[in-house]
Amino acid sequence: MDKGPSQFITIFLSSLLLWLLLAGSVQSEEIIAGIVISLIATFLTISRTSLFDAIHFSPLFPFYIFLFLASFFKALFIANLDMARRVISPSLPIEPGLVRVKTGLQSELGKLLLANSITLTPGTLSVDVDGDEILVHWISCPADMNTAIATEKIAEAFEKHIRRFLK
Amino acid sequence: MSYLGHAFMIIGALFCFLGGLGILRMPDVYNRIQAGTKAVTLGSLSIFLGVGILQPEWWPKLVTITGFLLVTTPVGSSAIARAFLKSGIKPWQKPGTPIQEIEQGLGQGLGQGQEPEK
Repeated sequence: MDKGPSQFITIFLSSLLLWLLLAGSVQSEEIIAGIVISLIATFLTISRTSLFDAIHFSPLFPFYIFLFLASFFKALFIANLDMARRVISPSLPIEPGLVRVKTGLQSELGKLLLANSITLTPGTLSVDVDGDEILVHWISCPADMNTAIATEKIAEAFEKHIRRFLK
Repeated sequence: MSYLGHAFMIIGALFCFLGGLGILRMPDVYNRIQAGTKAVTLGSLSIFLGVGILQPEWWPKLVTITGFLLVTTPVGSSAIARAFLKSGIKPWQKPGTPIQEIEQGLGQGLGQGQEPEK
């Protein structure tokens, strides 16, 4: 299968980045060895790698990833404070329930990212992905909840960010 | 600076403790996974931050660990929750709230496996 140069660059840069992080130094020998090994790894794997197919390449790509990570860490922080509050309160204020959330993301990578984000954000845990729906366990699920409202409350914010750089 | 590092590590330990307390206090497996996943993730990140401040030469490895942790933790907890759901464990509901349509929630999961024991 033929892949474009952007695919090649993505795989090469991610393996080089992983190499440098694991090596933990920026001496020139390390960098040269890393470049050689990453090139070999990229040539060997590019025809089988489907993980990066879903990425929309654009000049603003790193910026969108940064925006996504910023909103993700903010949600993670709020999630933890929220969970700490619930755990400490003597009355244990939880009203759990299962809801289905619809997603417009087509790619496996996009759904994975969305489901992972949902798991790490306030009071929600992705249980199953089924077609275009994610089954979510919600710790404070109001009784009259339905898919539309739940989608708006749980998934919308992340999906907006993810959609900018993934199909 | 070393005080800051220690402070982050203590905060991290505190969040991990809250995660453990949550696992003890929550009524069913899904809520326990929630408590365990979230509090422990931020707790670990805070500990890594503290370690990074105390030992600046460890930053690259700490960043790598953080990346792997953020990808694998939610996948692991989702997989555990999914396995429990497919083996027919019903989510706990607050007494007095209307019973949820479990069949809709379970999707095709139960049809493929065996029937849950009543």
